[in-house]
Amino acid sequence: MRSRLPVVLVLPAIAGLAFLLVPLAGLLVKAPWASLPTQLFSAEVGQALRLSLVCASLATVVCLVLGVPLAWLLARGDLPGRGLLRALVTVPLVLPPVVGGVALLLVLGRRGVVGQHLDQWFGISLPFTTAGVVLAEAFVAMPFLVISVEGALRAADPRYEEAAATLGASRWLTFRRVTLPSVMPGVVAGTVLCWARALGEFGATITFAGNFPGRTTTMPLAVYLALETDPDAAIVLSIVLLLVSVAVLAGLRDRWIRA
Amino acid sequence: MKRVLAFVLLLAGCSTAQPSPSTPNITVFAAASLTESFQKLGKEFEAAHPGTKVTFNFGGSSALAQQINQGAPADVFASAAPANMKQVTDTGAITAAPTTFAKNTLQIAVPQGNPGKVTDLADFAKADLKIALCAEQVPCGAAAKKVFAAAGVTAAPDTLEQDVKAVLTKVSLGEVDAALVYRTDVRAAGAKVEGKDFAEASGAVNDYPIAPLAKAPAEAKDFVNFVLSERGRAVLTEAGFAAP
Repeated sequence: MRSRLPVVLVLPAIAGLAFLLVPLAGLLVKAPWASLPTQLFSAEVGQALRLSLVCASLATVVCLVLGVPLAWLLARGDLPGRGLLRALVTVPLVLPPVVGGVALLLVLGRRGVVGQHLDQWFGISLPFTTAGVVLAEAFVAMPFLVISVEGALRAADPRYEEAAATLGASRWLTFRRVTLPSVMPGVVAGTVLCWARALGEFGATITFAGNFPGRTTTMPLAVYLALETDPDAAIVLSIVLLLVSVAVLAGLRDRWIRA
Repeated sequence: MKRVLAFVLLLAGCSTAQPSPSTPNITVFAAASLTESFQKLGKEFEAAHPGTKVTFNFGGSSALAQQINQGAPADVFASAAPANMKQVTDTGAITAAPTTFAKNTLQIAVPQGNPGKVTDLADFAKADLKIALCAEQVPCGAAAKKVFAAAGVTAAPDTLEQDVKAVLTKVSLGEVDAALVYRTDVRAAGAKVEGKDFAEASGAVNDYPIAPLAKAPAEAKDFVNFVLSERGRAVLTEAGFAAP
């Protein structure tokens, strides 16, 4: 028998939903719908949208490759000062993204601690490149993935891993065949968060990678600059970004969770 | 409980001790590039007019014009462009004729030591140099576009930044070899940024108009006159502005 939903939970839940959705509704109400199709199919918007999707996806791959092992280390590794390490990993979450961008410049810029050697030895310069956009987005988005995967790992029952070990599986095999499948929902949730955060990234991107159409101008940068001269165009661009991201997230998430 | 009550009474006492509204306070809305020079002039004005308090609201000129037209309590408006002043005179919020009190010109900004050996505007076309410009949507970018068109130079920028401060960050960190910004911005950026004059700069000179608002007290007009005085001119020149 199903009991009735308690009002103490339902009322704040509805208020919370409204709080999140009303600003979006405002954007939709104020949108100049007539100019939406022309904006949507203009070369500049297409370019920025494509760049946004490519960079956010690449940044998510970088985060998965580096972030899942990091989460595993934080959850399972027997490290001294693990609490401090865990706190440090979340620093990009609290850091204003513009500061993150300046920090990246100081390290990976042409005169940066590491960047000057990249420039001298390999002729690689990351600022003002698409690779720079991916780096800036990955820097800001990775904590979302790490926290989510680490939470899942810590909640998972370690006895299955122990059982695998007693049956002779190596730690790598255990990780691939036992640990990873058991925390898959956490990895998926983290990936979704990470991708969404990377897609909306503005501050670190414009500070570290600058703004140049086709190379580093992602949708959030295009929205910001449109706001200076043409607020209507900025609203249209925001809606395009919103629609595309909601479509991708809704589509992919269902597929992953069913799998 | 008693202690809380005493605290509340104390606060209430404080609020009544504040100056009465009859004290001549003036609020000056001024373009962000005037921040340092106007703050200095404001202090000097307060010293010369005991009892008068000058409050500033610095920001982008277009945003300030919008705020004034929507009823923000401004007494004086100093804009970085005649177009934004016109937005306010058009609505009748300002009836006096605005006076141009300063001019700002573009300068080539290079990192300390000029690693890219940039000397004139033609260097902005070199593909091997890293170049930062303001985006066309913001005033410094529009001015740069005008200068390049007049000089017949096709600039090869690596980035189009969202504002002057962002451009200067990249210059002072040495991430770019050259940028085009206003002379006053170079002056304000300190020792890590060097400014270089170039001949074509006269093609995009920015006029700064000032005017008191129609409903402002008499002190607003006094402040405008102080900005236009010899002393005002001296402070503005120090900040890198040219005389009108």
